[in-house]
Amino acid sequence: MTWDWTAVSDFLPHLWDGLLVTLEILVLGSVISFALGLVWALLMRVPSRWVTWPVGVVTEFVRNTPLLVQLFFLFYVLPEWGVTFSALTTGVVGIGLHYSTYTMQVYRAGIEAVPAGQWEAATALNLPLRRTWTAVILPQAVRRVVPALGNYVISMLKDTPLLMAITVLEMLGEARLFSQQNFQFTEPLTVIGVAFVIVSYLASLALRALERRLVH
Amino acid sequence: MTPGLWELVLRGVWVTVQLLVFSALLATAVSFVAGVARTHRLWVVRFLAGLYTEVFRGTSALVMIFWVFFVLPPAFGWQLVPMWAGTLALGLTYGAYGSEIVRGALGAVDPAQREGGIALSFTPWQRMRLILLPQAVPEMIPPFSNLLVELLKGTALVSVMGMGDLAFSGNLVRLALQESAEIYTYILLLYFVIAFLLTRMMRGLEKRLKAGVGKAAPRREAVAAEPAGAGGVR
Repeated sequence: MTWDWTAVSDFLPHLWDGLLVTLEILVLGSVISFALGLVWALLMRVPSRWVTWPVGVVTEFVRNTPLLVQLFFLFYVLPEWGVTFSALTTGVVGIGLHYSTYTMQVYRAGIEAVPAGQWEAATALNLPLRRTWTAVILPQAVRRVVPALGNYVISMLKDTPLLMAITVLEMLGEARLFSQQNFQFTEPLTVIGVAFVIVSYLASLALRALERRLVH
Repeated sequence: MTPGLWELVLRGVWVTVQLLVFSALLATAVSFVAGVARTHRLWVVRFLAGLYTEVFRGTSALVMIFWVFFVLPPAFGWQLVPMWAGTLALGLTYGAYGSEIVRGALGAVDPAQREGGIALSFTPWQRMRLILLPQAVPEMIPPFSNLLVELLKGTALVSVMGMGDLAFSGNLVRLALQESAEIYTYILLLYFVIAFLLTRMMRGLEKRLKAGVGKAAPRREAVAAEPAGAGGVR
């Protein structure tokens, strides 16, 4: 096994570029999945089968099919329908949509864990439905589910390389480009493998700290 | 969609199913070995199993696949056929997630059961084989079922390396027809059907195993699917 440190130092500038894009995907994808997941979770509580059934079917479908194929779908089909996004935007929307079907379950569990007494108190105080949700239920539900949401951010991090398949130059894309130009595969691919381990480890440390603060 | 193109898709389904079966077998073996090793009394064994789990869970499955395809051959002189390279990468990655399931289920067995085994002077291996595993395995089935669906979704990643699986056949048909909405809808539906069949199968298995240790299968409403990484890193 030969290891060439000059290849590592040549690759480092590309690594930073790729890392930046990876983190950008991660942040934007998380925001979309948090927001959209909440929307799904609330729609699933609408007391009408005409709403819950389609939402349930669609989210179940998205959750049980590969993100890669969904990305291909968005990347190749949306332009046919006259909607053109950049590859990065498509990827962020795809990954956000995919993970929203997971965060929706987290929100659902959080909402169900709010004690029934809180609902009854809101009714007793004659709070309108909107206020009940925004001032009573959601603040308690969301606080409870922050750690679980954080876990999904970490698994999303490990799915960001899939965006390489739709030409986004994130870490893996940069590594592949570099290896193809220089015919050195070992160093860049190992470096980004280690980078992923480090970033996800740091993220889990941050998450643990956040969890401790929420508990106290 | 002409019959010829459908044949291409069917061949893709076959490759996906083969890859799924092989990597699921490898992942199961790995997760039991690593999961049981994490309860071992020697700290070296625990540490090595923990290191494996953390490294393979920390990195991305697609990065692992690239590594196995491009770094392993020049580094160790192994040139694996794509099917085995894909199996190795997916099996090791998802095995790391599975080892956490095994460890968690072993830890959840009532401690009195283990103590009973000690009192009856069972050897550690007998305790594991005769007391702990028969009770822990049925509890592992629901999380393993979720992991299996994640693994199915993970098999699509090998198409990036040019392996002719279901996702790859979708790309070929798109190039042939110059039209993507229809074929990708079919591909997604096929994946969904496979995932549905897998969860059904695992549900049946859980029922059988639970009956074997005198427990009824719980009602399934509350069990939520999790992606491979969820609950993971902590």
